[in-house]
Amino acid sequence: MDDKNEIRQIPMEDFFTEVIRMKMDGWRLVQICAVRVPVGYELSYSFCRDYRMLTLRLHSGLDEEVSSITQIYPCAFIQENEAAELFGVPIRNLNLDYHHRLYRIDRETPFKEKG
Amino acid sequence: MAKRSIVPFGPQHPVLPEPIHLDLVLEDETVVEAIPSIGFIHRGLEKLVEKKDFKQYVYIAERVCGICSCGHGMGYCEAVEHVMGIEVPRRAAYLRTIWMEMSRVHSHLLWLGLLADAMGFESLFMEAWRQREEILNLFDLTTGGRIIFSVNCVGGVLKDMDSGMLRAVADTAERLEREIAPLTKTFLKEYTVQSRLKELGVLSREQALLAGAVGPMLRASGEAYDVRMLGYSAYQELHVEPVVRREGDSYARCEVRLEELAQSLRLIREAVSKIPEGPIAEPVKGNPGGEYFMRIEQPRGEAIYYVKGNGTKNLERFRLRTPTTSNIPPMVDLLKGCQLADVPLLVLTIDPCISCTER
Amino acid sequence: MDLDKVKVFVYARAALKNLVSKPATVDYPAKPAEFPERMRGHIEISPWNCIGCGMCMRSCPPGAIRVDRAADTWSIERFDCVQCGSCVNVCPKKCLSLVSGYTAPGEKKRLETVMIPAKKVPPRPAAKPQDV
Repeated sequence: MDDKNEIRQIPMEDFFTEVIRMKMDGWRLVQICAVRVPVGYELSYSFCRDYRMLTLRLHSGLDEEVSSITQIYPCAFIQENEAAELFGVPIRNLNLDYHHRLYRIDRETPFKEKG
Repeated sequence: MAKRSIVPFGPQHPVLPEPIHLDLVLEDETVVEAIPSIGFIHRGLEKLVEKKDFKQYVYIAERVCGICSCGHGMGYCEAVEHVMGIEVPRRAAYLRTIWMEMSRVHSHLLWLGLLADAMGFESLFMEAWRQREEILNLFDLTTGGRIIFSVNCVGGVLKDMDSGMLRAVADTAERLEREIAPLTKTFLKEYTVQSRLKELGVLSREQALLAGAVGPMLRASGEAYDVRMLGYSAYQELHVEPVVRREGDSYARCEVRLEELAQSLRLIREAVSKIPEGPIAEPVKGNPGGEYFMRIEQPRGEAIYYVKGNGTKNLERFRLRTPTTSNIPPMVDLLKGCQLADVPLLVLTIDPCISCTER
Repeated sequence: MDLDKVKVFVYARAALKNLVSKPATVDYPAKPAEFPERMRGHIEISPWNCIGCGMCMRSCPPGAIRVDRAADTWSIERFDCVQCGSCVNVCPKKCLSLVSGYTAPGEKKRLETVMIPAKKVPPRPAAKPQDV
């Protein structure tokens, strides 16, 4: 059984076309994860087809806008809102933007700074 | 066009003890749009991984949710073990599998009870929960806790089951297989259940895949995707087969869970009969450095555990993508076009666990 | 809906049986609750074995345990403890144990302090004078 679990680095310019290609090839979106790294964010978009898993890895600067993939995968809205709200990733063109109201928390972007 | 009105649903609702809020846009009695909103119980447990030792964090991962507790602990441990290249002893893998399958039985029985309750079938609800109690007693006997087990650790498990306990597990599984028969029959044949569930909230296979549905939700729509097929823990040595239905309605989701219940009971007995002797934990040396995406099949569906270590005792990042996170978008799709009276039942058919989702 | 497959009163037999059989629940205050041997109820310490190493304090996920080597005390915040058993697993002297019986509810959080006998950590053997 093909159960590879691979992570592929992609540059920001190719990100959107790559996601469209994934959709055309019939991958389903399973996970979006943001990690805070010293220079900005590391975003992982995981897709599954059958039992194979492929993660697109994207690096973005602290204030660099990332375009939302909700135009392609509408179900991404919860996880993108989460990344925006907890980590402060600036995500552009969210289909259903909660404007930092997804979680009712006191602090803004609590996961942005370490510690 | 009829006049539109907005009806708030939740976060407190008699049918659902979970704090989810929906804004339902209605035209007469028909829902035209549903906007979900969560966030009443966000605790930031993912952040805590930066402060706690990676071995200590197992106990926190387990406490993300009460029903999926065993799976969260196990998923986290397996992810860390993959990063560190630890091979878990076979006996430990089997023990994890047995506990995991027992969790599935208990979660599905809980869901069936809640479903019966939502339909107003009180005695069926009581019956489902009575059977569930047997499994909880078994957990109490083998792990010392009814809901939260604290048996997983990085490198294996903390507690062994002696032959008496294994026999008790197998016996209970066998007895339950017999005793859930009237339950299964009622859910599948009874008029009340059928009239309430059939052709309600149909999700086609394409819709389910696009919306990212997981678990029984996806399998009821005809996609044979069950992460247990990947063969983590002891699953490669057991006969696991995804349970699939094509109809995609609420009845199919109920059928899938009922069949999985029987399958899990069979798997428990199979695992007990195959369990090898040997150590139950591998000593862990050093700290994790690297990353891994671990997928496991929770009772509610596929959960993803992402672990990123930086070589110190504190992990850099732990992410938990729970089944309900993935199942909320398809739920919103289901709600469009349904009647207001069906909303609680439809929300329930995804088996929502909001406290998992918010971590 | 397929009406020929539909039945009514499927559950009637089980319901009637339940009506006449004994209750599934335990008659609690009259009969005491039975706990299995492994039950994780609360933490107990046998202070005479404790060497005050502080491993339990460092391994406690909610930070409920405090070990004060200067005052020779071991204390636990009963209501912060989550009964995970982490301290029991790491204790080098095996003086901690999880025993059955839950902590009784209370109006306030309470800290329980136990005196531990003065340090029993054996003094390090004096370095042997090295031969030159």
